[in-house]
Amino acid sequence: MKRIAPYHKADKLPLIVLSLFLVLFSLGITLDEPSRVLEQAWQICYSCIGIG
Amino acid sequence: MEFYRNWFQILVIFITNSYWAFPFTKSIYQGPLKVICSPGLNCYSCPAASMSCPIGSIQQMLLSVRLSWANGQTYLALYLVGALGILGSIFGRMICGWACPFGFLQDMLHKIPSKKFGLPRFLRFVKYVILALTVFILPLVIVNEMGLGSPWFCKYICPAGTLEAGLPMLLLQPSLQDIIGVLFYSKLVVLIGFIIWSILASRPFCRAACPLGAWYGLFKNVKMMKLVLDESKCTKCNECHPICPMGVKFNESPNDSECITCLRCMHEGCQFGAIQLQIGGIPIHSPDIRRKA
Repeated sequence: MKRIAPYHKADKLPLIVLSLFLVLFSLGITLDEPSRVLEQAWQICYSCIGIG
Repeated sequence: MEFYRNWFQILVIFITNSYWAFPFTKSIYQGPLKVICSPGLNCYSCPAASMSCPIGSIQQMLLSVRLSWANGQTYLALYLVGALGILGSIFGRMICGWACPFGFLQDMLHKIPSKKFGLPRFLRFVKYVILALTVFILPLVIVNEMGLGSPWFCKYICPAGTLEAGLPMLLLQPSLQDIIGVLFYSKLVVLIGFIIWSILASRPFCRAACPLGAWYGLFKNVKMMKLVLDESKCTKCNECHPICPMGVKFNESPNDSECITCLRCMHEGCQFGAIQLQIGGIPIHSPDIRRKA
């Protein structure tokens, strides 16, 4: 079959990097880090915003 | 395209700051959505913030890592680094151009008529030092007698925190005005400095000081969505140079870590269709040639 459009090879490197960070993200969830993030985000850190 | 980008930025601001009950509660949102990291720089102590700031969260996680480990909790900020890595490997600094509230503020400030200036090139490297030192190293290494560190970037630099959280909290809780001191005024000077600088130069905070921009910039070679130069179509007319809000000379440096993929060079600069947007190496958009060479 004759190709009418130029063939573009998909980049694999971004997919590899994305997979690596998906693994880290999943590991973080298994370590229960999201609950720690929530704990922190629910409190106002006054010194962090220049007050106190 | 600039019109649509600005409206998309406004949409993101409203999504990441969707807690509008704060004038009545006088406090911040404390619901489950705060487990999600906002893609751009958006202080999670902002009364309207409905998501958490990734830079603030990483610092908070690292500054208390000793206490967590002493309590048998192995927190390593993998969830946060993973989330930022996922965003970075897909979008890179496109997030700065499309989904950062503080980036939008700088875009708007730069529209104020005034004499405009560029930024010295060496300043782009400062943000990498800020990322490494104030977000990762200092919160982890410098600790008090209880083993607790400080969120160095939030505490001493972040102008977004002063604007979105510090000032609104002082208005919501006037009693806090009695305890503000040198720290608050120094952060106010930083904020005012960046506001004035943003009028005179395009996105100075993004280019010189933003640790989140520095992080996303690390993905310049491995991000999925990127602008690519077709050298066979480039006439080297340099029309893409003056239009770039980040000072990128696209035809000379198409893979620049400063590129925020705002698409201005593609739509408003290049008239020969030499710039195209690719996702994972596959072109998805390239404007028609508007004028023959």
